[in-house]
Amino acid sequence: MRPAASLLLFTTLSGAGYGLLAVWALSGLAGVLPPEPLAGAVGLVPALLLIGGGLLASTFHLARPDRAWRAFSQWRTSWLSREAVAAVATFAPALVLAFGWLLGGRVPPLAAFLSAAGAGLTVLCTGQIYATLVPVPRWHQPLTTPVFLAMALASGATLAVLLTAALGSGTTAAGLTALVALPLAWGLKLLWWRSGDRAPPRATAAAAIGLAGETPARLVEPAHSAGSWLLEETGFRVARRHAARLRRLALLFGVGLPWPLLALGLLAGGGWTLLFALPAVLAKALALAIERWLFFAEARHMVGLWYGEAAV
Amino acid sequence: MTASGAGEAGSRVVCTTCYMCACRCGIRVHLENGRPRFIDGNRAHPVNRGVVCAKGSAGIMHHESPARLRAPLKRVGERGRDALVEISWEEALDIATRWLAEVRATDPRKLAFFTGRDQSQALTGFWAAQFGTPNYAAHGGFCSVNMAAAGMYTLGGSFWEFGEPDLEHARLFLMFGVAEDHDSNPLKLGLAAMKARGGRIVAINPVRTGYAAIADDWLPIRPGTDGLLVLALVHELLRAGRIDAPYLAECTDAGWLVVEAPGTAGDGLYARDPAGRPLCRDRRTGALLPADDPSAAPSLRGAVSLPDGRRARPVFEILAERFLDPGFGPEAAAGPTGIPAPTIRALAAELARAAFEAPPFVAEPWTDWRGRRHAGVEGRPVSIHAMRGISAHANGFQTCRAIHLLQLLLGAIDRPGSFRFKAPCPRPVPPWPVPCGNPWQVAPGRPMPGMPLGYPTGPEDLLVEADGRPCRIDKAFSWEAPLAAHGLLHSVIGNAWRGDPYPIEVLFLYMANMAWNSAMATSETIAMLTDRDPATGRYRIPKIIYSDAFWSETVAYADLVLPDTTFLERWDALSLLDRPIGKADALCDAIRQPVLAPDRDVRPFQDVLIELGHRLGLPAFTREDGGPRYPGGYADYLVHHERAPGIGPLAGWRGPDGKLIGKGPPNPRQLEAYVANGCFFEHRFPAGRRYMKPVNRDYLELAVELGMLSRAEPIFARLYCEPLQRFRLAARGHGALQPPEALRARIERYFDPLPFWYPSPELEADPEGAFPLAAVTQRPAAMYHSWGSHNAWLRQILGENRLCIARTTARALGIEDGDPVRVTSRVGSIRAIARLVEGVEPGTVWTWNAIGKRAGAWGLSPDAPEATRGFLLNHLIDELGPGSAEGARLANADPITGQAAWYDLRVRVEKIAPGEPALAEPRLAPLPRPPGLPDPPPVLTWGAVFRGARR
Amino acid sequence: MTALPDPPPARRLGLVIDLDTCVGCQACVVACKEWNGGGPAGPLGDLEPWGAAPSGAWLNRVHGFEVGEGEAGRTVYFPRSCLHCENALCVTVCPTGASYKRAEDGIVLVDESKCMGCGLCAWACPYGARELDRPSGVMKKCTLCVDRIGDERLPAAEREPACVATCPARARHFGDLADPESAVSRLVAERGGVELLAELGYRPTNRYLPPRPGRRLAASAERLEDAPAEGGFLGWLDRLLGG
Ligand SMILES: Nc1nc2c(c(=O)[nH]1)N[C@H]1C(S)=C(S)[C@@H](COP(=O)(O)OP(=O)(O)OC[C@H]3O[C@@H](n4cnc5c(=O)[nH]c(N)nc54)[C@H](O)[C@@H]3O)O[C@H]1N2
Ligand SMILES: Nc1nc2c(c(=O)[nH]1)N[C@H]1C(S)=C(S)[C@@H](COP(=O)(O)OP(=O)(O)OC[C@H]3O[C@@H](n4cnc5c(=O)[nH]c(N)nc54)[C@H](O)[C@@H]3O)O[C@H]1N2
Ligand code: SF4
Ligand code: SF4
Ligand code: SF4
Ligand code: SF4
Ligand code: SF4
Ligand SMILES: [Mo]
Repeated sequence: MRPAASLLLFTTLSGAGYGLLAVWALSGLAGVLPPEPLAGAVGLVPALLLIGGGLLASTFHLARPDRAWRAFSQWRTSWLSREAVAAVATFAPALVLAFGWLLGGRVPPLAAFLSAAGAGLTVLCTGQIYATLVPVPRWHQPLTTPVFLAMALASGATLAVLLTAALGSGTTAAGLTALVALPLAWGLKLLWWRSGDRAPPRATAAAAIGLAGETPARLVEPAHSAGSWLLEETGFRVARRHAARLRRLALLFGVGLPWPLLALGLLAGGGWTLLFALPAVLAKALALAIERWLFFAEARHMVGLWYGEAAV
Repeated sequence: MTASGAGEAGSRVVCTTCYMCACRCGIRVHLENGRPRFIDGNRAHPVNRGVVCAKGSAGIMHHESPARLRAPLKRVGERGRDALVEISWEEALDIATRWLAEVRATDPRKLAFFTGRDQSQALTGFWAAQFGTPNYAAHGGFCSVNMAAAGMYTLGGSFWEFGEPDLEHARLFLMFGVAEDHDSNPLKLGLAAMKARGGRIVAINPVRTGYAAIADDWLPIRPGTDGLLVLALVHELLRAGRIDAPYLAECTDAGWLVVEAPGTAGDGLYARDPAGRPLCRDRRTGALLPADDPSAAPSLRGAVSLPDGRRARPVFEILAERFLDPGFGPEAAAGPTGIPAPTIRALAAELARAAFEAPPFVAEPWTDWRGRRHAGVEGRPVSIHAMRGISAHANGFQTCRAIHLLQLLLGAIDRPGSFRFKAPCPRPVPPWPVPCGNPWQVAPGRPMPGMPLGYPTGPEDLLVEADGRPCRIDKAFSWEAPLAAHGLLHSVIGNAWRGDPYPIEVLFLYMANMAWNSAMATSETIAMLTDRDPATGRYRIPKIIYSDAFWSETVAYADLVLPDTTFLERWDALSLLDRPIGKADALCDAIRQPVLAPDRDVRPFQDVLIELGHRLGLPAFTREDGGPRYPGGYADYLVHHERAPGIGPLAGWRGPDGKLIGKGPPNPRQLEAYVANGCFFEHRFPAGRRYMKPVNRDYLELAVELGMLSRAEPIFARLYCEPLQRFRLAARGHGALQPPEALRARIERYFDPLPFWYPSPELEADPEGAFPLAAVTQRPAAMYHSWGSHNAWLRQILGENRLCIARTTARALGIEDGDPVRVTSRVGSIRAIARLVEGVEPGTVWTWNAIGKRAGAWGLSPDAPEATRGFLLNHLIDELGPGSAEGARLANADPITGQAAWYDLRVRVEKIAPGEPALAEPRLAPLPRPPGLPDPPPVLTWGAVFRGARR
Repeated sequence: MTALPDPPPARRLGLVIDLDTCVGCQACVVACKEWNGGGPAGPLGDLEPWGAAPSGAWLNRVHGFEVGEGEAGRTVYFPRSCLHCENALCVTVCPTGASYKRAEDGIVLVDESKCMGCGLCAWACPYGARELDRPSGVMKKCTLCVDRIGDERLPAAEREPACVATCPARARHFGDLADPESAVSRLVAERGGVELLAELGYRPTNRYLPPRPGRRLAASAERLEDAPAEGGFLGWLDRLLGG
């Protein structure tokens, strides 16, 4: 699948944003963070900016963004519609939370709770969009949504470490969350990669032309020598070797570097936390970009069966 | 019925005839507000019964192509390099008239007028004769003249043009070397019908695509060896006696006596009575009788002593003797053909079974030429069809004759389930007339007394000078190609450039892309078109006039371009005088009508030709008072021209009240009648006249009535081709006209009156196997030669071609799928991209025909895949054959008909070393875009206009 | 509405495509592009139509495959368009309600006035049946030629999809696959029509008729007997013709 910049930006930015929103809201709710306007602002403003930026990026994926409003209508069947609804709905408690915290100097508990829940729900919807796509076997597996959720939490928590360190309070809770979420997310990712790699193909080219019994079937005359939108969408290929290298890089930057950095920073405390959290956040961002790029680039769509793939 | 322009309101359906290929299907053009919105098939039409192919549907994009020429053009600088400039029609016609008049007044032969895939040869040939030049032909010589000539000299009809397989009734269908065929839609409909009935289809073809893909059996034959396979089948049938002896005796020359008097001038000719009628021995009385004596019962065996004492034997006995020889057995054929002997034997058995076991009987009483009444016709449900896989080889004529021999032995001609003649065939074997163009028939300022093309019956009908040199620029009907019934378009440019046999002044081409896919050795041809004589500084081919409708490669090399309309903008005729759309059970012809008015400064070529005819004062185009005979152009000509009294271009609705068929005075409202009937005419033959036409008295009489035959005499098929023996006798030193020394052995070898097989000269010239692979092209279903690439829809389907190689062969050469490869023949190298396939004979490589394009042409951007990755095999095909019988080399062609031997090409394929650029070669400089052609739009939203209109 | 009709439509209109007779001629492909491009489902835009990298929207494509090897090998052409699935995920994923399945006959369509061009339905279709028209940014797919099959102004014989009407090899058939008595259902029953990639659970309506096994000549190993010996072949001929 084509790693479209709009989708990479959307899923990573909004994922991190919802993760941060959830961590911040829950921290506020739990009283780990003080109900001071500054404490609210340091986390909620970046979170909402990330979410907003991601949502904005997502509209670049639409060929007709002028009709994006229609996406709220089909929440009964469509995970994309649900995601849209959840994303926008989450703004309501998030804004209440932000107003309460930033202007009122208090953390409204219900809004905080709903913000966190909305954030989780939105990321869950995002994960489900992919997880329910039967024609893309690598996405269509049980771990897809958990990976999205864990990734969002890990990104949000890592960011939270940096922000709480800058703020000077709540760092420990954020840090512990990050130290748990990071290995969890990347561990799940590793499992997800493995199961994707090991899953037997869902269909062969022979089956795709209705001759499942006859093997093998090879494409010898492409339908068109010219291209098409669908082929551009689905025909993206990344070499296995290249992908393996990128996976190692992603693991390194996603957990290999940030985890010890965060751990050391937390142990050292004070200004060290901030100093160590900064590279950890940057590494994690880079890792996220790679991970999301691979998420698309490694996924194969079944339509490839009619375009030269022996099996998908 | 008249043209309608854009802007007209409402929606309408207009019938006409497709011209996206030569199949000539009936189409309906759906117009919305005057713009074509949909093209579909006319369900009432005899050819396509409502279906259209991919090209047919894409006719709209053909018509709306940005590569359409917009106005007459004149060259200002160098051919192929410098720009053309737009001129007015007046100036264009002036120039053409001046050039042509000069030639006509001095030596009309200096005009070579050659047309391509057009369908107005009845007009263009007539025009050439009126002009007075013998140098006229159409594309048939490089297309399928082997099939046409072999059929005409054997049956009086031929594959495709004048015959069709009866797939509604066939049980077994053999296809030799057929990819798309001319009759594409009828063939597909027929295959579907056979499939539905459970008939068996056998494809004999080195390549397994298209029709071969759905065949029950695919016999991957080595190119150029079909003759061996067919003669092995003949051997098997003869050995087993599974032949239709009564049919042979009644309907063919099998019982005709052949003189056996070696060393004499009459050796190998039919024994004849003093009136010239061939003789046979009556098998009941033993008497010698003329073969066309209604009382004769020809014996197929036994030598006789003629009254003059010479010995003679029936054709059949000579033939059986030859082919019963074990040398013709399946074992002998297996090696060279690559088809295992058991398969050949099984095929022979299948042929016999299908033909003779419980044959169907059509209870349709009929009367034979002897006046005997029959209760019906016994079917021979074995159909055979063959096309360019046979034709495009230098042994194609004899191979095609061998196929007809096989059909005749089975009696599988014009019976239910077999090959059937299409009206106006059968015609006499060989048909009248002989070609015209001998020195005494050509004179300045005068028409020739006959047509330039025809069917010679012996040396006396050749067009040669007293010293044996060819009279025609293409050497057709000379000793180099005696039965060149369609001329040799592929030799014209080379010969004219060499001045062999003589230089010409004006080359006038129409609808033939001679600077690209219809040339052999394309780069060489281009060099010839641009070569100048150092002595005079003039081009060696001084003046080139060309009519095309599109910005093709050849336009760039013309000095004067006459832009044609598209097929939706003009009148055309698919005439009985040319290539009608006849069917086995009906006389048919058709027209095209202008569906749209041209939106550019273009004119129908036929109108232009008729106008030039008048400007030049050609008698048939000029009234006695000097005015134009056909002021209404081609439409006027179609209605009013009479080739012979009562016989005009169109057969339907003749006579003042439109009631006459075939023959009758002109009907001024004839075109309206065609239009009212969907632009075609169909006259179905009544029962009793549909089968066994060559010997069916009622049919023959009907054919005379309709003007298809001049005499109601039986037409006997010829197993034995006596005209060939006449040439052979000349080669042996008999007669006043004899071949030049250098060609004697060649004529002796190839002009065998019985079919035989010989390896291609290309193969013989490469005993070491330096070029171990055969290379052939195939027609893609969705492209027509070079004209598909400017079609925005079709080029998306096939915009670049690959070289398909058998997986095993490629692996042995270290070639993987997608590798760039170098393909080398004895005349050059090109690059191609390899594709590994299973469905090809391992000793053969193949590609789609004419997909590679010259950069800059056809309105495409110069970096289009057609030019960068596509390739043209023609660069590798020599115009001249290997080796040589005389000083000047001979055309790369069949020695009998001059048919271009495209598919004899032999190549070597190598992987291109990494680092070398993988682009198509040779890289000719991009052609400049002619003035006035629009820049193609970057986005096409065809159809939006109709939505807008409907809202 | 992107909810699938409940109960499922009583009629299941669709195509039956005969892989045994399809010669890969692309006639159906172009007829489809032309009919739909100029109709309510159009335009079907093309980028760089005369350029170096042309690409366009087509609702039906035909692919050439080889299956098996050696003697058993064959070439199979595979026409591919929307299969009008009963369990059409392409419909349920659509966030805007643009994609829908008609309750009366099961035809899956796009209401392009609602489509926002997100492309998700194309991802959700395993058969690759959806194409975005890039100039207008909306999703296109096989309409089963609803504007032909339901056009009362057309003569009855012409109320069939453009691709079916034009297929010169008569490899395409149209009808109601829910009606066991329909011609298409009988064809499917007779020829063992295949439900493509059934294991994915989309329950496609269209069916493919597999190629009939070829009847190979060599396998028949039949051989003609020599003509009766008496008098050899010519003796036989004499007897046959009587003299
Ligand atoms: N390698 C190889 N070469 C081959 C063959 C092969 O099999 N292999 N096949 C050979 C055969 S059989 C043939 S018939 C030839 C075909 O070769 P050609 O007949 O030369 O090729 P076409 O591409 O049909 O192009 C004819 C020209 O007609 C023009 N044209 C199209 N419509 C019109 C019109 O309405 N009016 C006018 N005036 N012009 C029009 C086109 O623009 C084009 O330039 O190719 C031959 N060349
Ligand atoms: N779609 C489409 N239709 C066309 C045309 C087109 O360009 N496009 N062109 C038209 C023209 S001008 C012509 S002449 C006809 C030609 O119609 P066809 O004769 O059907 O066309 P070719 O592509 O020349 O096909 C020749 C076939 O012979 C095979 N072959 C090659 N050598 C041999 C051999 O030695 N033995 C056997 N048995 N087979 C062999 C090739 O693999 C190929 O399949 O098509 C006409 N119809
Ligand atoms: S076969 Fe196709 S291109 Fe040729 S005349 Fe018929 S519809 Fe037109
Ligand atoms: S029109 Fe018919 S034969 Fe041709 S590709 Fe389509 S389904 Fe196959
Ligand atoms: S084939 Fe694809 S587009 Fe058509 S209904 Fe099924 S899933 Fe939807
Ligand atoms: S592209 Fe259009 S039809 Fe498809 S899911 Fe998105 S909104 Fe629905
Ligand atoms: S039914 Fe209509 S829309 Fe669907 S593939 Fe056929 S022609 Fe195209
Ligand atoms: Mo041809």
